[in-house]
This record gives sequence, structure tokens and C-alpha cells, in this order.
Amino acid sequence: MAWFVLIYLASLVLLLITAFWSIDPFTTQIVQVWNIDNFRIILTDPTYRTIVGRTAGLAALVTITDVVLAFPLAYYMAKVASRRVQSLLFAAVLLPLWASYLARVYAWILILNHSGVLNWSLQSIGLPAANIGYTNTAMWLVFSYIWLPFMIIPTYAALERVPDSLLEAAADLGARRWRSTLDVVLPLALPGVVAGSIFTFSLTLGDYITPILVGGAGSQFIGNVVYSNVGIANNVPFAAALATVPVLIMAVYLLTAQRLGAFEAL
Amino acid sequence: MVAVAGVDLVIEEGEFFTLLGPSGSGKTTLLRMIAGFERPDAGRIELRGRDVTSLPPHLRDTNTVFQDYALFPHMSVGQNIGYGLRIKRIPAAERRRRVERALRMVRLEGLDKRRPNQLSGGQRQRVALARAVVNEPEVLLLDEPLGALDLKLRQEMQIELKQIQKEVGITFVYVTHDQEEALTMSDRVAVMSNGKIEQIGSPVDVYERPASEFVAGFIGISNVLLRDGVRFVVRPEKIRMLTEGENPDPGMRVEPGTVEEVVYVGMSTRYVVRLDRGEQLVAVRQNMDAASDAASFQGRPVRLAWTTGHTYVLESKEK
Repeated sequence: MAWFVLIYLASLVLLLITAFWSIDPFTTQIVQVWNIDNFRIILTDPTYRTIVGRTAGLAALVTITDVVLAFPLAYYMAKVASRRVQSLLFAAVLLPLWASYLARVYAWILILNHSGVLNWSLQSIGLPAANIGYTNTAMWLVFSYIWLPFMIIPTYAALERVPDSLLEAAADLGARRWRSTLDVVLPLALPGVVAGSIFTFSLTLGDYITPILVGGAGSQFIGNVVYSNVGIANNVPFAAALATVPVLIMAVYLLTAQRLGAFEAL
Repeated sequence: MVAVAGVDLVIEEGEFFTLLGPSGSGKTTLLRMIAGFERPDAGRIELRGRDVTSLPPHLRDTNTVFQDYALFPHMSVGQNIGYGLRIKRIPAAERRRRVERALRMVRLEGLDKRRPNQLSGGQRQRVALARAVVNEPEVLLLDEPLGALDLKLRQEMQIELKQIQKEVGITFVYVTHDQEEALTMSDRVAVMSNGKIEQIGSPVDVYERPASEFVAGFIGISNVLLRDGVRFVVRPEKIRMLTEGENPDPGMRVEPGTVEEVVYVGMSTRYVVRLDRGEQLVAVRQNMDAASDAASFQGRPVRLAWTTGHTYVLESKEK
């Protein structure tokens, strides 16, 4: 356990140290002289600000989408469905996780392509084609789909833990179903929803494959820039500096989540 | 599986009515039907003459004190108690006044800002009671509300509950498996078994004049004897254990036996006696005169005496 923590923290510290170095533009050798140029570029260059904004913004949008999609389903699974239906739904939620991430993203390419299933269906009922393949909209759809199970499961777990007697008590005191859901179920399930959002938000924030596969020209994520700086530009210090951005965002996010009791819900 | 069948029951306004029975006797199901959580397949439930059989719980003028209290953990004590009033859109000022009055009634003044998990079991129980009573329902339903409390607290709460019931004048329907609780608090008791009501009557009725062997056996310790073709009950405290040379009062029935076991229970001592005719009887002596010599009775022959006026003949059932 201690080794695990040590290795993990050591690599983070190394990342942080490297971020304060730079490279010689002619030899592309790392120059171990302390400076904050990398961070100055990230903060001032509008290109990087846009990329950070796009990544965090889409991660937030995907999270909200998944909350809206997952809550009713999780509620149905935890409080309404019979045991049989419940296990069927569980299988349906978990089954996609058995398939490769890449296979599922490719499946979406086939759907959203200009000549894909979506447009073919639209045309066959006489509607104009929706050209959303290779756009941010496509990324939003694919991310929301891929991470949905990670939102459903913690939300379900939190809802499952809300005792039925509390719902009965609310009804007994005069609350209709929607009212008791709003006053009792939602506040008590919130930690589970926040726990799920940690997954959906951080997984989207760190992804760089989906942007390559379904994103368009203006769909670069932080991860893509980090990747190209390591592999192509060979500017490891700048990549390190940019990589600290999602780490920072997640640190703030996790602290807020902890305040909301998300870790007790996991 | 039928939990309750053929129950015909009229509960009077302002009454403290108890459904008493062992677990699985259907008493909680009956209570949940009155509350509206469960719907009977057949039959009617009326509240002040109005048929409420098909009304959902939130439209019934009943409130429940749940066995596990079911307090909302994310709300303060004050918010818990005021929840029903908030739903009914009672103005904030009046709501605050009524919540305060309810808190005073259950002696929890000043705790309205606390969360349920910062309260003791007894305090939580009081909050659950206040949350129900504050709505001034026509009927207050209590589902074994004292079950989770320790004995001393339970006995205190029994007295307090009864006082509160008199004070607010609301009809209480109380479910318990604890016969002592039922006898202490109720105006009337319905003894239930296997989804049926065995007997309805005042505590004195069901204790002194049990209608069936089940009732006799469930409430208190009962000695059932068969003499001259008549089955009857003698309560342990009505049996006198005669010491050597002691004479029974005239008219008493005397039977010899042997003390098999002596059980000291604090206030009194319990003697398990095997009659020479075969049956086992339990006799009880107050410890005023018993305590010191109690143990010496072990294994000794004794004579048991009772008057026929203290026995109760069971309506013998066809076998």
C-alpha cells in the first residue's frame, strides 16, 4: 500500500518538477533551469485557453447529461422495478462495459457518419441529413453514452440505500410521489450522483481517443495537446505543464465532492 | 398468503386502541391498511364514516409513528416535525408556533436545530411522535414505537404516551407484541392471531376473562387445567402456595404437587410446580414474604390452593 502511494506520488512530483523546466529549441534537449514560461504560455495563449475551456466544458456538459439520463433509470431500478426487471436492467447497463471502448466508439462513427445509420434513417423518413459526425456534438453524444454506466451505478447504490420507510413517512405526511422524490430522495441520493459525476467528469477530462476518432478539426482536448507535445514536438516540459491543468481541476472537484459526502456514498 | 382476514373492528373516537399479537399475527398489516400503505383485497375501511379504502396515504387524515421512526436524516428536528405542515401550506409563522408546541409536548425544547443522528434513541422516538401529532390527524397510528428502546425508557414512554394521548384527545391505534405495554396504556385491546381477532375488550377483560386459550396463553402466564370436563385458567398470582401446617381458606380448591423450579424475578418469585395429577402450574409469590425462604422450596412437596371465583372457564373448542 505504501509503495503504491509512493510510486503514485513520486510520478506526480516528477511531473510537476518537469513542468518548470524547458527545452532548447534547437537541440530539443531538456534544459533543467527553473522557469514558469510553460505556465505563462498556457495562461496567455488563447489557443490553450480555448482547449482547456473546451475540455472542461464538455466534461461538465457530459456529466450533466448523464445525471439527467441516469437518475430516472436508477430510480426505477432501485425503487420501482421488480427483482427480475432489476437484474435485467443491471445486465443491460453493465453489458456494454464488456465490449472494448474502441469498438463502442467505432460503432458511433458508423451511426453518426455522413452516410451512417442516423442519416440513412432520417432520409428514409424524408428528413434532411444531420451532419453531426466529426463535430463537438458527436463527442458530446459519444462521451455521454460511454460513461453513462459509471453514473447509473453509484446513483442506483445511493437510491437503494434510501429506506422505503422514508418514502412512506413522506406520503403519510401528505407528500405526493414527486414531492417526496424532490424533498427526500433527491437530497439523500445526491452523494451518489456526485460520486458518479467524479467518474464521468474525470474520464471525459482525461480522454484523448474519442476526440481523435469522432471529433473534427476544432475538437482538440488537453490530452491531445499533451500527446502531440510528447510524441511529435518532443516538448516534455510543456506537456507536463499542460497535464497539471486537469490534475488541478480534479483536485478542486474532489474537494468539493468530499464536502458533499460523495465518498461515503461510494 | 392472507395476512389479515375477516376483521370487523370499530374503534371509538378518542380511544387508545391496541392491536396486540405475536409477530406474523397481522397486526402491522392491519395498521398499514388503515394508513393506506396496503390495500385490502376485499372489505372497507372507513374514517369518521367516510370510505377511505381506495385513498392513497397522502390523502388520508391519519399519521403514523414508524417502528424505525423513519426520520428524514437530512432535515433538522424542526424541519422533520414541520414537514407535514409545510406540505399542507401552513403559513411559516403558524408552522413555527405549532412545531414549538409539539417540541414542548414531547419535552425536546431547544433541540429543533439538531439532526436526527445527533439524538438518542428515546429522543428520536419523541421526534417521530411529534412529527405525527403536530398534524392533528383524526387517527394516530403507532407501529411498535417503543420496540427499540430499553426497558426503563420504554416504561417511562408508556406513561408519557398515555398522557399525551389524553392531552391531545386524538384516537390512537397502537400496535405491539408486548402484552404489558398493551395492558398499561390501552382503553381497549384487540388480541390478534393468524390474521384474525381473537378477542376485543378492556385490559381487565382480556386478562381476567380471556375468550380463548390463545388469549389466555399470550397475555400473562396462564395455567390451563382440565377438571371434571371443564377447561379453565388460573392466573399464577391467584394461586396460594400453602406451607406445611397452613390451612386453606374455606371453599378453596387444594391440590398437592412438587416444586420443580424456583425462579427469582425481583419483585416476586415464580414457582414451577408439578401437580401430582400431572400438570405443570406456575405460582407467584410477592417477595415481601418470600425472598429469604424461596430457594428452600426447591424439590419440596407443596399444596396449591385457589378459589373457583378466581378461575376463568374457557369456551371449550371442539377438537
